[in-house]
Amino acid sequence: MGSSSSSLNNVPDGQQLMQETGFSAAHLLRLYERFKFLDKDNRGHLRSEDFEAVPELSENPIGDRIVGAFFLPGQETVDFSSFVRVLAHFRPTEKNRTRAGAQPEPANSRNRKLKFAFRLYDRDRDGKISRTELLQVLREMLGMQVTEEQLQSIADRAIQEADLDKDDAISFDEFRKSLEKVNIDHKMSIRFLE
Amino acid sequence: MLLLGVTLLLLAAAGADPSGSAASLRGPLHASAPPPRLLPQPVPEYGAPGVASARSAAEAAVGTGKEELEAAEQQHHGGGYRVVQWEWSYVQTPYIIAIWLLVASVAKIFHFSQRFTTVVPESCMLILLGLVLGGVVLLASKKQLYQLDPSLFFLFLLPTIVGDAGYFMPARLFFDNLGAILTYAVVGTLWNAFCTGFCLYAAKLLGIIEQVKADLMDFLLFGALISAVDPVAVLAVFEEVHINEMLFIIVFGESLLNDAVTQVLYKVYISFVEVGVENVQTADYFKGVSFLIVSIGGTLVGLVFAVILGFITRFTKKVRIIEPLFVFLMVYLAYLTAELFSLSAILMTFCGIGANKYVEANISQKSRTTVKYTMKTLASIAETIIFIFLGISAVDKSKWAWDTGLVSCTLVFIFVFRAAVVGQTWVLNRFRLVPLDKIDQVVMSYGGLRGAVAFALVVLLDGERVKAKDYFVATTIVVVFFTVMFQFQGLTIKPLVKWLKVPRSTNSKPTINEEIHERAFDHILTAVEDIAGLQGYHHWRDWEQFDKNYLSKLLLRKSVYRKSELWEAYQKINIRDAISVIDQGGNVLTSARLSLPSMASRASFPEVTNVTNYRENGSGVCLDLQVIDNVSGSKVEEDMETHHVLAGNLYKPRRRYQSHYSRHFMPLGEKERQDREVFQRNMRSRMETFKSTRHKRHKKERSLKKQRRGSDTKDDGGDKPRRNVSWQDKPVVVPVEPEDDKADHSDPEKEEDVGITFTARKAETPKQRPKSALDVCQSPPPHTPSPPTEDSHLPWKGSVGSPPPCVSVEATKIIPVDLQQAWNQSISSLESVSSPPAPAEPVHPRVSALSRLG
Repeated sequence: MGSSSSSLNNVPDGQQLMQETGFSAAHLLRLYERFKFLDKDNRGHLRSEDFEAVPELSENPIGDRIVGAFFLPGQETVDFSSFVRVLAHFRPTEKNRTRAGAQPEPANSRNRKLKFAFRLYDRDRDGKISRTELLQVLREMLGMQVTEEQLQSIADRAIQEADLDKDDAISFDEFRKSLEKVNIDHKMSIRFLE
Repeated sequence: MLLLGVTLLLLAAAGADPSGSAASLRGPLHASAPPPRLLPQPVPEYGAPGVASARSAAEAAVGTGKEELEAAEQQHHGGGYRVVQWEWSYVQTPYIIAIWLLVASVAKIFHFSQRFTTVVPESCMLILLGLVLGGVVLLASKKQLYQLDPSLFFLFLLPTIVGDAGYFMPARLFFDNLGAILTYAVVGTLWNAFCTGFCLYAAKLLGIIEQVKADLMDFLLFGALISAVDPVAVLAVFEEVHINEMLFIIVFGESLLNDAVTQVLYKVYISFVEVGVENVQTADYFKGVSFLIVSIGGTLVGLVFAVILGFITRFTKKVRIIEPLFVFLMVYLAYLTAELFSLSAILMTFCGIGANKYVEANISQKSRTTVKYTMKTLASIAETIIFIFLGISAVDKSKWAWDTGLVSCTLVFIFVFRAAVVGQTWVLNRFRLVPLDKIDQVVMSYGGLRGAVAFALVVLLDGERVKAKDYFVATTIVVVFFTVMFQFQGLTIKPLVKWLKVPRSTNSKPTINEEIHERAFDHILTAVEDIAGLQGYHHWRDWEQFDKNYLSKLLLRKSVYRKSELWEAYQKINIRDAISVIDQGGNVLTSARLSLPSMASRASFPEVTNVTNYRENGSGVCLDLQVIDNVSGSKVEEDMETHHVLAGNLYKPRRRYQSHYSRHFMPLGEKERQDREVFQRNMRSRMETFKSTRHKRHKKERSLKKQRRGSDTKDDGGDKPRRNVSWQDKPVVVPVEPEDDKADHSDPEKEEDVGITFTARKAETPKQRPKSALDVCQSPPPHTPSPPTEDSHLPWKGSVGSPPPCVSVEATKIIPVDLQQAWNQSISSLESVSSPPAPAEPVHPRVSALSRLG
């Protein structure tokens, strides 16, 4: 442990990121190594090509959306701290909430996790998942056998089901409500990042 | 009815063979050291030539077996030349084995077609079958004659089982978790073996175990053989209860390696027992440490053979037919070689693990399928035989002796010591980045299931030397029964895990939203894991470098090697090439897919009928939806239908299907199909984004240039690559630069792997078969500019269901005219796309990339 925290100095903003995201020094180091590995040309930031070079992502139906989520709007690169901040969403929620209270909501809270997922759907960032947006996601996630009509009917049903204020779109609140029963912490946490 | 048939068969098998089955099983093995105890009975010569008329041997033997035989005997003495003769003794050996397997297989059909598959595990069924079979045989012959022969087991049954496991082991995951696997397999097994042995001895000293006459060495021996956990069967449960792939691979790896440890221990003890404990020198005890040498030696043998195998398959292009044979022979030879040097032959699984990557890349698709199926079939046969032996032995009282003390002590001890997993995990978790949580540990310790190997080992004990053998046999049978039947799947472990898990609130059916979003979450998680690189460890980079620089060059065919480089080439492709790819392939195809949902790759799946059914089904639903949307009662039904569609067609995240290992099932290419679909879509969309950004940039540039150059025709970027393609020409001839490695891309490979290849000759008469060409060529693959490293994504190397590429990479390519129909149909929807439709030039991206490489 001692050795790893000493080399934490190599990680840019190491201490601050630890504070902010709740990652341990070992995790940060590991993530930094990964970051450097992805950053093939040692530019100090990642471009979308760097993400796309991960071969597994090309087999993920919504991989490109997730890559997109790493980028702040309007930016074309990701530096290490935003890389870590995105990953912090996937830290499991601590059992003993020591930092509850005055501090801002940590990235790994249920709400933030949901928000992250919601943004993946909400491409135009208007705070709503429109029918078109939902249809896009469905098209990506469903196999080729499903016909366009089936897709449409699924999208219609999904919206019908979740849409409480009848505006033909799913707002974040509606999104959250529709997933009330789902154990988000279980579904959206990577154990490694504990 | 089926049951009746099975019983009849059983009777036939049993009746037909009143004696000499031990001999029969040893038939092919007479070369190996003959253990005297296995052949107690003289085999009567009842199989003399005689008249059998048209009745089958089995039929003849039922009921009136004896009389028939006597009659046959008499007729034989009557002399004379017979055309049709009763040659039972001649076919006896294979006949009995075949009947056994037939019965077991029929039972499996029955088993898997019924609901209780989920409740009663397959090994249970096999044991039960063995019990029945054994009972019948016992009734028929009054004496149990079937015996498991050591050479049969070690030379034939075991290699098939471990060879199968090794070959299908996901190598990367395995090595990622090698530390944990080794800890559990070596430390855990040694601990189990010694503790069980010593504690049983202590129980004996304390007088709990009364009848058994055994000393410490015997108990240690017994402890060793009973400690090997065989968790392969547990894996089936893992899928049910959402087990992460890490636990999967740990348990799976453990099951492989602990067999090795057990074997080594077993052999060491056996040699001790044979020499006699009093003769064992202190120094000899240290030879027990030689298991390190034995293991490492076995591993090395495996790896050496893996390299040879990879190297051989590099050159089998012209002899496709015997490709699978090479695989089997080399794996088997690896096993025999290890056995020859009395190394741990079971570790030749490393041969399978190591060779898999290169072999799979080198051999053709058909050979790959053959290898897969044959491996599975052989392993299944071997396991069946062992389990049936188990059942048969359990019936025959003369083979075992009961000691309640021993049995109960053993059961308790193996439970207690298996729970030591928790301790090991605690230590391991201190070093692991991904800790194993409590449920994992419970599953691991509770899943301590003893299987076929333990039984085989105990039966093979030498009754002369190990006096307590009969007691040990009885105990082992009980332990196997107990663990398999009660501890295991469906009966207790599944409810236990479910009970332990955080209760998921699934009181109601998941809503459509939940279903969609949960799957999306799975994908998100997988993607983030991939990005954060949680799978691979650092040292992999060095290894991959080494692999790329040396091993792949040595062991992979040049063509394969090149192909796998394409993926990287794609990353490095310069802008110009990428642009041409987009303009020619990406856009047109996308719109083709959107506008013609029934064409493209959809119809080219193997289950065409299935797909059409599905589609009809779907459109029916949609129709209904409009008609009876207001009827509230039918709404539920439609919801069901929607759920059905969702459940069937949502892409599964990777972890779900990777933890599929079963001795009897194969994923049926579902994974490959999905991967290919997704990959193609992704590449397409990336190309489009790439293009749109380029357009933006381009527009900017253009607006800057406008003053100078005046108004430009739209989209000059797209013109260039299309220049040499004549859209009007009926067969579109795409000239391609000759490649230097043409030999490696030559036709045989493609013709074998791919349904149809269009060559120049065929295309001369495209009009003659307009429909079929469209049917077959519905999915031109230009949107796959470059495959990833695993070549299963290469359209021409893909599984059976891969969309047949219309073109292969040759000097000159013809694209069938009928594709133009498709384009024409799709043109209508092209308004939305910024660039004008371009003719398909599927070869281009791949070829350009290839030629760049060349």
